[in-house]
Amino acid sequence: MQAGGQAPASDARVAEAASGPGAGMPPRLQGDAPRVDAQWAILGSVVAVTAWLALVPLGFLVWQSFLTPHSARAPARFTLKNYIEAYTSVETLLLFFNSLQFAIGAAVLALVVGTALAWVNERTNTPLKPLFYALSIIPLIIPGILFVVSWIMLASPKIGIINLVLQSLFSTDHVFVDIYSMSGMIWVDGLHYAPIAFLLMTAAFRSMDPSLEESAMMCGASMAQIARRITLKLAWPAIAASFLILFVRSIESFEVPALLGLPVGLRVFTSSIYDAIHAYPSNIGLASAYAITLLVITMAGVTLQSRVTGQGHRYSTVTGKGFRPRRIDLGRWKYLTAGLFLLYATLVVILPFCVLVWSSLQKYYAAPSMAALQTLSFDAYRTILNYPSAGTAVWNSVVLSLGSATAVMALTAVICWIVLRTKIPGRALLDNMASAPLVMPGLVMGLAIMICYLTIGGGVYGTIWILFIAYVTRFMPYGMRYNAASMAQLHRELEESAAMAGATWFTAFRRIVLPLLKPGLIAGWIYIVIVSVRELSSSILLYSPGTEVVSIVIWELWQNGQYVELSAFGVMLIGALFVFVMVAQLLGKRFGIKEA
Amino acid sequence: MLTVRALYTEYATPRGPAVKAAQDVTFEVPSGKFFTLLGPSGCGKTTTLRSIAGLERPVGGDIVVNGKVVYSSERKIFIPPNRRNFGMVFQSYAIWPHMTVFANAAFPLEVRKNKLPKNEIREKVMRVLTAVGLEQYAERDATKLSGGQQQRLALARALVMEPELLLLDEPLSNLDAKLRDRMRFELKRIQRELGLTTIYVTHDQGEALALSHEIAVMNEGRIVQVGSPRTIYEHPRTKFVADFIGTTNFIDGIVLGHEEAAQRWRVRTPAGDMLVQTDSALTPNMRVTVSIRPEDVELSETAGDASGPQNLTSGLVDQKVFLGDFVDFQVKIGDFILLSRAHPSLRTPIGEKIHVRMNPDKCVAIPDDGAARAAA
Ligand SMILES: Nc1ncnc2c1ncn2[C@@H]1O[C@H](COP(=O)(O)OP(=O)(O)OP(=O)(O)O)[C@@H](O)[C@H]1O
Ligand SMILES: [Mg+2]
Repeated sequence: MQAGGQAPASDARVAEAASGPGAGMPPRLQGDAPRVDAQWAILGSVVAVTAWLALVPLGFLVWQSFLTPHSARAPARFTLKNYIEAYTSVETLLLFFNSLQFAIGAAVLALVVGTALAWVNERTNTPLKPLFYALSIIPLIIPGILFVVSWIMLASPKIGIINLVLQSLFSTDHVFVDIYSMSGMIWVDGLHYAPIAFLLMTAAFRSMDPSLEESAMMCGASMAQIARRITLKLAWPAIAASFLILFVRSIESFEVPALLGLPVGLRVFTSSIYDAIHAYPSNIGLASAYAITLLVITMAGVTLQSRVTGQGHRYSTVTGKGFRPRRIDLGRWKYLTAGLFLLYATLVVILPFCVLVWSSLQKYYAAPSMAALQTLSFDAYRTILNYPSAGTAVWNSVVLSLGSATAVMALTAVICWIVLRTKIPGRALLDNMASAPLVMPGLVMGLAIMICYLTIGGGVYGTIWILFIAYVTRFMPYGMRYNAASMAQLHRELEESAAMAGATWFTAFRRIVLPLLKPGLIAGWIYIVIVSVRELSSSILLYSPGTEVVSIVIWELWQNGQYVELSAFGVMLIGALFVFVMVAQLLGKRFGIKEA
Repeated sequence: MLTVRALYTEYATPRGPAVKAAQDVTFEVPSGKFFTLLGPSGCGKTTTLRSIAGLERPVGGDIVVNGKVVYSSERKIFIPPNRRNFGMVFQSYAIWPHMTVFANAAFPLEVRKNKLPKNEIREKVMRVLTAVGLEQYAERDATKLSGGQQQRLALARALVMEPELLLLDEPLSNLDAKLRDRMRFELKRIQRELGLTTIYVTHDQGEALALSHEIAVMNEGRIVQVGSPRTIYEHPRTKFVADFIGTTNFIDGIVLGHEEAAQRWRVRTPAGDMLVQTDSALTPNMRVTVSIRPEDVELSETAGDASGPQNLTSGLVDQKVFLGDFVDFQVKIGDFILLSRAHPSLRTPIGEKIHVRMNPDKCVAIPDDGAARAAA
């Protein structure tokens, strides 16, 4: 799954988000040549690292897309064949059509579900709300591949529990639901991204002045009229922006098309890229051509989205007093909305988790039945604990997620400081470079990094370092977001007074800026740890034996058909992530962080 | 017209007990009158107004408009706000940014059950837009209006419904001082011309005195005094009211007794014995506070003559501040400092002796809280 979550992954530019008392001169340094050198050395290395991470692999990707396959017999030559092959085949047209259908469908589904739930949650007196908010966050910590697998167990035509139950109920062998279809793909992906839509739209509703709706009510408008003519219209920019974010996420999705589409020949760009690489002989040039096409689509999506977001400010109304959110009294309808909450929680959290738990307690995968109940066992857990690559994978994931989260937050803290607090020429470019990976689908980034380090050598390929590089690059934009948000709240005077007190800019940064940024840093760090553990689409192209991560182990188990072991592993993983989030939140409260 | 009886509204808070935002609020507004809820920030004015509007659901009490019960806790009646037909102007104006000026004002007519024909709507909307002076902006985006114009639009939107009751929540507080003065007159004119029963919320006593037929002063969720602007100003019933409305001198004193001849009470104060009037029941030896407005403290360089009952004394000029159309004097009587507002022609230098005259009609004795409770 593509990294999802609380960080509003909207437009790429950070400087816009954090304007105001931001820009200005860095604390001026007088004399002292060595210190100035240190300043430029740090700045220079930050710029170099960022450029290396964000730009170089992309260059290799473009370059590769113009080359013939490199083999033992013939060296690579320049060619346009990849693009010609990619753009002249009817299949590409189909691919394009499938990708759009899938991404639009999933985005619309996620948006409708997320918006409806956000409205109910923010604006009505539906019971169970506090519980619901917590429940709606949980899907964000579950790796996407587990979600897909659990829905296969629920709705596959042969082994899907839903089909089996309905078939035995009506004693037929009719297939009621088939997850291996376009609608199945849209269903799973849409449900998976609904929490993101929920969070985005919750933020939108929260920033809306409720007196705009109240005044409509005083004018005699009914609830439906208010929703249609006021609330939705006002939320329109946010809805459009959320749609584009969800569209980009869906078109980048890898595990849903790979697990649900490929088995029945339903291909989209991501699965085709994967297929082209894993074909024999692998066709990296064609994969690159596809990847660049996909990149163009996501770039268009993100650009459009930042436009829409910019225009949305036209509607932002300024009011003097604090908002008092008024809850609409739904009367008896509130049981219906509470029912919808429960239905959603069932589909997104309870059913998938229960089916994983069930299957993890089996010896061989079987649908729930009295007979299967007799054979419950913990064998799968035993097997997975002795599974050769599981231990390594867990260790790798822990090291990688902690390491990349730390590296990202440290690097982006410096970048943000340069972008927001100095007048160094080219800082906008730095901002753009650090935010650019946002438009790179995970698979595309994996491919680009793979080509890059295969070509230049240096022994990075095949080690855990290549995964580290991929994670740092991928999650740099999130680090930028968290840091920019907290740095925007930091008054310049604090730094300036430190400078006036005779501190160098480095001391000022370390002693004044860093401690004040700590809450934002910790929140971002936690977020990146979680998305790193879930990461699959870049890792899948970069791992090699010995450097597997947990999502790769799940992927391998699935390919091997070891469903029960996969389930056991998944249950333990979800448990561990859940505990991590809980502990992080508790600690966060201790340190005064409001949201993790 | 509007009757509010024993209204009680509270807000549930996630932690801790509920906030009792309005308690035992009772008042009555005759048809066509301008009624103001006045009080400091957080005293429950908005809460009371929103309860009348139906935007908050009170816990107890009755609200009756034109003989129609819109809320009653006993009879379990609650008419939702969109069926009350009250016009309301919010403090933030709540102008819909995605509509034109015309569409904003036409909204109440368009969402009605039995919708009027288009040209009739147009005619009505243009009529109110003209009344508030916005007719030439009808097709503009609502966000492109200035603050004062937005305020008028909000008013037009409330007026176009021909409401039974007009509710205004600090409508002038977001405007700058000049514009506020102008809008104040305009508001008064429109209200008078249309004869609308109006409930107005403000924390600005000047606004309240200038606009209202009647004022209810609120404090900590309760109404402490209801009366005409003049009564509230001249006969404050509590120290809080006297202090909140205008500036005043507070002089602590002890009741000596009633002077039958003058129909006044005699009170011993640090500024000497005084004759005072009161609306409260006093008894000898009661602790009271005497309130007198600075403009009622008359100063002169020659001793005044005591025709009729008068409080005469003298002191030394301690400080004076020239403010253009008047001079503020601080007069020291013994240890007591009395503030007086005098005509600029009075030029007594600092340190000189000056004669002070206070009309007993303007000296209001207010029993201290403890004493009042004991007496009650
Ligand atoms: N939604 C709410 N939830 C909890 N408490 C509230 C809520 N709204 C208001 N209060 C509390 O109720 C009390 C009365 O508030 P109210 O808004 O009626 O005051 P007000 O007189 O209008 O003040 P202001 O002049 O500042 O607008 C205050 O103590 C306020 O903090
Ligand atoms: Mg208020």
